[in-house]
Amino acid sequence: MSKLIFNRRGLIKSTAAVGAGLAMPTIFSRNAWAYTNEPKGDTVTLGFNVPQTGPYADEGADELLAQKLAVEHLNGEGDGGCLNTFTSKALKGNGILGKKVAYVTGDTQTKSDAARASAKSMIEKDGAVMINGGSSSGVAVAVQGLCQEAGVIFMAGLTHANDTTGKDRKANGFRHFFNAYMSAAALAPVLEKEMGSDRRAYHLTADYNWGWTQQESIAASTEAMGWETVNNVLTPLASTDFSSYITPVLNSGADVLVLNHYGGNMVNSLSNAIQFDLLNKQVNGKDFKIVVPLYSELMAAGAGDNIKGVLGSMNYNWQLDNEGSKQFVKSFGEKYGKPPSNSAQTCYAQVLLYADACERAGTFNPCGVVEALEGFDFDGLGNGKTSYRKEDHQCFKDVLVVRGAENPTTAYDTLEIVEITPTEQVTYAPDHPLFGGPEATLGTCNSGA
Amino acid sequence: MLKLDKKDTTLFLVVIAMTLLAPFIMNPFPTDSGLAQFNAGYPDLMQRFAIFGIFAIGFNILFGLTGYLSFGHAAFLGVGSYAAVWMFKLLSFNILPAIFLAVLVAAIFSLAIGFVCLRRSGIYFSILTLAFAQMSFAMAYSVLSNPSFNLTNGETGLQVYADDPQILKGSGPDATHLFGLEMRNTFTLDVGAWAFQFNLGFYICAMFLILAFYISLRIFRSPFGLILRAIKTNQTRLNFTGTNSRPYTLAAFVISGMYAGLAGGLMAAMDPLAGAERMQWTASGEVVLMTILGGAGTLLGPILGAGFIKYFENIFSKINDSVLQSWFSFMPDGLSDFFVSIVHPFVGKGWHLTLGLLFMLVVTFLPGGLVEGGQKIWSRLRNKDKDGGAKSTATTPAE
Repeated sequence: MSKLIFNRRGLIKSTAAVGAGLAMPTIFSRNAWAYTNEPKGDTVTLGFNVPQTGPYADEGADELLAQKLAVEHLNGEGDGGCLNTFTSKALKGNGILGKKVAYVTGDTQTKSDAARASAKSMIEKDGAVMINGGSSSGVAVAVQGLCQEAGVIFMAGLTHANDTTGKDRKANGFRHFFNAYMSAAALAPVLEKEMGSDRRAYHLTADYNWGWTQQESIAASTEAMGWETVNNVLTPLASTDFSSYITPVLNSGADVLVLNHYGGNMVNSLSNAIQFDLLNKQVNGKDFKIVVPLYSELMAAGAGDNIKGVLGSMNYNWQLDNEGSKQFVKSFGEKYGKPPSNSAQTCYAQVLLYADACERAGTFNPCGVVEALEGFDFDGLGNGKTSYRKEDHQCFKDVLVVRGAENPTTAYDTLEIVEITPTEQVTYAPDHPLFGGPEATLGTCNSGA
Repeated sequence: MLKLDKKDTTLFLVVIAMTLLAPFIMNPFPTDSGLAQFNAGYPDLMQRFAIFGIFAIGFNILFGLTGYLSFGHAAFLGVGSYAAVWMFKLLSFNILPAIFLAVLVAAIFSLAIGFVCLRRSGIYFSILTLAFAQMSFAMAYSVLSNPSFNLTNGETGLQVYADDPQILKGSGPDATHLFGLEMRNTFTLDVGAWAFQFNLGFYICAMFLILAFYISLRIFRSPFGLILRAIKTNQTRLNFTGTNSRPYTLAAFVISGMYAGLAGGLMAAMDPLAGAERMQWTASGEVVLMTILGGAGTLLGPILGAGFIKYFENIFSKINDSVLQSWFSFMPDGLSDFFVSIVHPFVGKGWHLTLGLLFMLVVTFLPGGLVEGGQKIWSRLRNKDKDGGAKSTATTPAE
């Protein structure tokens, strides 16, 4: 190949050409959409972004099942599920706004990066108007930020940290799940009733964002009723053996152990605590107790017999006795042969809520949907009376306090409901200091136009 | 041209053409067809191809040339991302200072880590780098994100908030940009049934990829590159000739660390968020896989490997049962269910499995990676035409 000779003139010319090339996309940028991914055909696409690999893969799988069920019900297939019990009657079982509901799925891998990549491909490639699901608060916050920028609606899945609707709240994002503050508020009275008000608590806390917010919330609620927090030990997230953290508990004079752990961490730390026979010890003349503030069915299954008698809180449990819940458990059970989990119900409800909001707003435009969902009160999706607060897009509903059952009859009733804590008791001000204080704002809704 | 010989020039031009025409190459199927599932020509994935291409090219300078297998390269990618996001938080959304600081910080970081780790070679070196990377991950995930000193924002990931200083922002855009041109700007060209997306962010990444490739090409062909190869072949002998190999390995380590930093900075520039899991050992392992899959020590290999892995991660993971059902819907019911159940474990959440199988096949039958496969096909075709035996192309493995 002949040598190219560079001279000033040539250089300027080529620079100009490159510059023009770079500027090209902006000249033609932004097209005829009124908002991001406005559905123009006869279908509308929803994006179901859940962990399919990694530590929360089981929860992700359950979420997917529930979301598929929701799509069936929206399209008028199956038995209609909670469309029958939902107090808002806008949904007709003919899709959303007459368009058939299609969906795409992706794998978050429980990593913020992968989750964002997957959500982006749904938005950029598949034209999804809404992203639903996921596990872990880090992922929820990351994807929520992305959806805000892109101009689509985000419905968080399993996310329990205060930050999701606290300091990281976004106008385009909604959370159906409860949060650490609510867990603490619901647990405190039950703990007081069962254990008295002069307990000494020792916290083991997973050393990351969610762990801290939960520890903070639990400590605040229990101290308010007279408990003393003896110590809070942060444990690395990757720990699998907690024996070395359990030994000091016995010597600390504490008589309650609070495990601010989730998933595999909780299974291991609880098992270690049981191996040390903590539950049969007497300290300060009282029986030693263990509390696991956030429970899930999968953790209960993982911990097996160890959870017997251990108290915790949940967002939803299939044993809940209301019309919506019964209907949902029936539909889910008939289709998949098992009762739905906490995360399944959350994601199912969110899909229906989104669809309903579109119907009521008469558009898929995110800003219309946001308006329809803000301050929306309803019943019949399984949690009893529920409302979405305008100020922070957090959902408010009853919180369940549960206990590991002493004599479970099947693999699915390992947890029993101790108390249904009414909404008023877990409600807080939107500018609560644990939720980012007065600086935290939703910003304005972004439709991507 | 550009001080390259004829073969290298051709290779370079091929790379330039491939990157610049990526929106066409990646989008071979019409948007409405069932095969559109396999299209990869959307901005986010194309950006990822380019960014991980840069990452793998840099890794290959260390691993491919000197043979030092670093198991902690993701740490440099991570610090690069954090540095870039901090620039967004403090200055403005302009990507240039961010990318500059990302490369700089990664260089300093890799100098420090390399200085310690390069005292050993072989498996000990790998373990040391792995240890440092896991240490960085733990620091970023929890230690450096405590409420009193929050450098990394832990699990949630570092991101830009509305109340950040952004002292140079003024009335500038609220998204990452290059002097006002926003990275997310995309121009969609509709040609018949196809929709090609031209994204500014991708072209920025592509420019950096081409530059990175050019520098790597020059390093491969330089006396410096020759010494690096000598280190791989027989370090002891090189030392006996009176050459001190440490400065060379350190230089290679820092250069590849800077590549990783550049990749990290670009990732943040395309999507202003930095998460700790970018530093996890799985991320470090991924770049090793990319390089080996594509062909370690070859010029083009790492880019191909990076593209291959990212393609599987993003495209195969999205094929779910309902998509499968639609593929096989033309068959009678029982038969379609049968095929769905056969294919099911390999797609969707099973994308790791498919990738693992392919990796095994490549490593077993093509130790030189995808590039070796390409060469074999090429020489086979040539031999049919004329009997001039297999010529070595520009992309011979280092050994």
